[in-house]
Amino acid sequence: MNADNRRLDWILGGAILALLILPWYRIRAGFFSFDWLGDFFAEPDLWPGLFQALIGRWQLWPIILLTAAALYLRLRAPSGAGRGRAMVWIGALGLIWLAVEGLSVGTRGWNWGLLEASFGEVDGQPAFGAGAVVLSLFFTCLISFGAAERGALKGDAFVLTSIALLILLVGAFVFYPILSIFTGAFQDFDGSFTTEGVRRNIADPKIWSLGCLTGGACGVAWRTFFLAICTATATTLLGLAFALVATRTRFPFKKSLRLLTVLPIITPPFVVGLALIMLLGRQGTLTQAIYSVTGIELGRWIYGLTGIWLAQVLSFTPISFLVLIGVVEGVSPSMEEASQTLRAGRWRTFRKVSLPLMAPGLANAFLIGFIESMADFGNPLVLGGSGGVLSTEIFFSVVGAQNDPSRAAVLAAVLLFFTLSAFIAQRVWLSGRSFATVGGKGDGGTHAQLPARVAWPVIGVVSAWSLFTVIVYAMILFGGFVKLWGLDHTLTLEHYVRAFGVTFEGGFRWTGVAWNSFWTTMTIALIAAPLTAAVGLLTGWLISRQTFPGKTVFEFVLMMSFAIPGTVIGISYIMAFNLPPIQMTGTALILIVCFVFRNMPVGVRGSVAAMAQLDGSLDEASLTLGAGSGRTLRRVILPLLRPAIMAALVYSFVRAITSISAVIFLVSAKYNMATAYIVGLVENGQYGVAIAYSSVLILVMITVIGGFQMLVGERRLRRRPVPPAAKEATV
Amino acid sequence: MNIKSAAIAAGAVMGMPVLAAGAAELNLICSADVVICEKLVTEFEAGHSDINVNMVRLSSGEAYAKIRAEGRNPQTDLWWGGTGDPHLQAAADELTSVYESPMLAELQDWAVEQANVSGNRTVGVYSGALGWGYNTQIFEQKGLEAPACWADLLNEGLKGEIQIADPNSSGTAYTTLATLVQLMGEDEAFEYLKGLNANVAQYTKSGSAPVKAAARGETGLGIVFMHDAVSQSVEGFPIAVVAPCEGTGYEVGSMSLIEGAQNPDEAKVFYDWVLTADAQNLMPEAGSFQIPSNKAAKVSDKVPDISQIKLIDYDFAEYGSADRRKELLARWDAEIGGRAAE
Repeated sequence: MNADNRRLDWILGGAILALLILPWYRIRAGFFSFDWLGDFFAEPDLWPGLFQALIGRWQLWPIILLTAAALYLRLRAPSGAGRGRAMVWIGALGLIWLAVEGLSVGTRGWNWGLLEASFGEVDGQPAFGAGAVVLSLFFTCLISFGAAERGALKGDAFVLTSIALLILLVGAFVFYPILSIFTGAFQDFDGSFTTEGVRRNIADPKIWSLGCLTGGACGVAWRTFFLAICTATATTLLGLAFALVATRTRFPFKKSLRLLTVLPIITPPFVVGLALIMLLGRQGTLTQAIYSVTGIELGRWIYGLTGIWLAQVLSFTPISFLVLIGVVEGVSPSMEEASQTLRAGRWRTFRKVSLPLMAPGLANAFLIGFIESMADFGNPLVLGGSGGVLSTEIFFSVVGAQNDPSRAAVLAAVLLFFTLSAFIAQRVWLSGRSFATVGGKGDGGTHAQLPARVAWPVIGVVSAWSLFTVIVYAMILFGGFVKLWGLDHTLTLEHYVRAFGVTFEGGFRWTGVAWNSFWTTMTIALIAAPLTAAVGLLTGWLISRQTFPGKTVFEFVLMMSFAIPGTVIGISYIMAFNLPPIQMTGTALILIVCFVFRNMPVGVRGSVAAMAQLDGSLDEASLTLGAGSGRTLRRVILPLLRPAIMAALVYSFVRAITSISAVIFLVSAKYNMATAYIVGLVENGQYGVAIAYSSVLILVMITVIGGFQMLVGERRLRRRPVPPAAKEATV
Repeated sequence: MNIKSAAIAAGAVMGMPVLAAGAAELNLICSADVVICEKLVTEFEAGHSDINVNMVRLSSGEAYAKIRAEGRNPQTDLWWGGTGDPHLQAAADELTSVYESPMLAELQDWAVEQANVSGNRTVGVYSGALGWGYNTQIFEQKGLEAPACWADLLNEGLKGEIQIADPNSSGTAYTTLATLVQLMGEDEAFEYLKGLNANVAQYTKSGSAPVKAAARGETGLGIVFMHDAVSQSVEGFPIAVVAPCEGTGYEVGSMSLIEGAQNPDEAKVFYDWVLTADAQNLMPEAGSFQIPSNKAAKVSDKVPDISQIKLIDYDFAEYGSADRRKELLARWDAEIGGRAAE
């Protein structure tokens, strides 16, 4: 018995067992509660696939026949290219049929009016359950095993299966939701096809009007676009200033400047907006101080685009700093020295040599700022005034009383268009240009100091902005300890007690209102983090160590999912996963899946970067000694990647705690997340508790990141840990 | 290896509902203030240790949207609170189920009327009249006169000082819109709202947010239900509460069981409990000053005395209907557009 047959036996056994024993459809109380075992015989909806087919669910017969065909191939055909081709066909047909029947037959019969007209009535079916999931994995494995038997990728079944599973998962959890937004736009409440909603919204002047150029009001698409341009410009300039100060001046607090880069990762996204209201709102501390000194009334200017812009610049400047510091450091000093040797002054060198060499970094920082601003949801929600931006408009067109999914779809398409264009522009810009100045030749020397006429203004700006940031964060911490912000500044612990109180009367109880969402958040973040790291690492390994056709497309598509704004993800998830075939709304699972596929690209980047440092001869040695590629990954590569794994773990943990835009759609009564809960508090004007809760979250994340730093810090002697790809933060 | 990874993946896909196992459950959407929502849940769980309540707070518009979106597959069992209109609309869409509570006999007439209008798909749990709260400090500083009537709100001195919610997302604001239409006539009401728009600084998302902003001095005046304004002044903010002199509308905060709910029995236990006088007496403690629907419930002395307020004969059947609502909202969108004069 050879390896081809052995692995085929395993999956065939699994598939047949699944058809005979596992419930085909989803169980409401949850599969692993095993409550269903009791009613198994009485309740036809709990029956496995084969019996479902026997009681008249004809749509399952093709699945059973295809499984039987695979069994026949195993028993009658020798392993080889011919059987491989047949297996690929069976697997592909099986997956296609699963998708087709799952999407066509819903809980109440046909999903589309057209199908009912052509085929007549059909019984409804619940969502896919354990049996269907196992069968879809079986068909996927069948494709990859078949391809292995045909000799693809040197017949490496492990690599092929990894690729096939990743494509299946990305298809189901990234592309299917996005597609379902657009089908949702064309579907009426009762399931019939209509273009009315899309036609009404696509040319809506509220989206596209350019009236502000002539003194009126602009459409929401253009307002978001202008805002993103302004934010990107400001964050890039400020980020550059910070990077220059950190590398090319004698500024005394360079170390603490670098601490700033951690801030955007640990700050829940709307907290900055909240602090700005407390500082600069009409009754804000600063506003009042200015009023009492000068008598100028500043009013409500913070609400609206100006305020959002300020909050975004505060939030995203550290990200741009992080991107630019590498670039500014990377410009080789020898170029600048050459320029100075040729008698150019410091100012001329800076203008003609240093700045142009930083151009790709600047473009990169600008595009990241642009995408971040477009996708930002927390700050506009808190500071938005009445106008709103695309991401909040999408939110309200779904949750508002209008409940207009086609409007949400049109707005989501507009937002996707903007961010994906920026993303593609960034890719195109960065490839095809070489700004390499770090060559193999030793380039001694240090960077030239900034010319004085640049240095002083830059240091001034950086100091002022840092001070502002510090004040804003001090505000956040302080706000949790005062009774009523703006009215009664008595110090109190009341908010913390309300949020995180415990009592020992009648046994230990968590009485604080925040505990529920706090533990849910922690649990979900802890479950999502290792899964994210695992999927990211596996993908990173495939991309950097394997060659297969379509690899560039594969990589591009994976990275693209990062450019999809959270609001779009959230809305697409509720549209896609509320109804069969895949039904996850109201569970913790939908939150976990959402985090895994949103944060995966970070893990991918991290592991690609880390793997680039490992010499390929290590894998080759292991392979030559007879280990399979799976074993090589497990025993050789993974142990060497420890720092990258840790970074991916911590990063996805923290991201799961701080994200809001996607989460706000996906929380349910039972699984409420901290950020969604805090937004509710802010909406209700309970700033004290909201701030107290946010401060606790920030502390938790600092502890986690600090602990991680201490853990990997010891390794620094031999190898530099891969920094978490923080430039991707808070999309 | 492969079967193992398949098993792990399958486990990951299906394992999560594990967390769902355990005691009886109740999934509750609460559309009133988060404090009273939490208070009710805590007290209910203290008395019914066998039922675990999962509560999420959503404004009544959001709640209706969620229940409608989940119509084919409800995740919610019970919807408590929020203005009556969306509850009536949900009843008309048959998203909520028929239930005649044994508590009906103990309820005020207006609460029972709400059940009658909807064919027992919803019931009144509290009531409150529309009005506004203004920040006395700001009005003093600016030397403004206290507005006593709807017409006073058009005063030019109030420019940028008024907040009201967006009727697309808030039941409070929709009640205001419907009240004005019934009070003045539709065209006149929209003329009035256009005039008002010049003074409105912001259309908020949540119904009670305007008076909370006024309490903090971020705006001068918020058009809200009077009980929301009362709770701000009880908390110590400089808020004065006004009932408009021309007359005003009111809401019947309602409660509905969701059709096809997963835990209908638990939902009925909560339903009956929350209609008792004892449960309704909790409301003032949590800073909610609506008029309770149980006749035996104590009425807090801070609750605005409804006999002193000129109430219009609010037509819940007409203004709660989907078509009328859609029509009014579409007109509001077209003519007022949620765009403040900034």
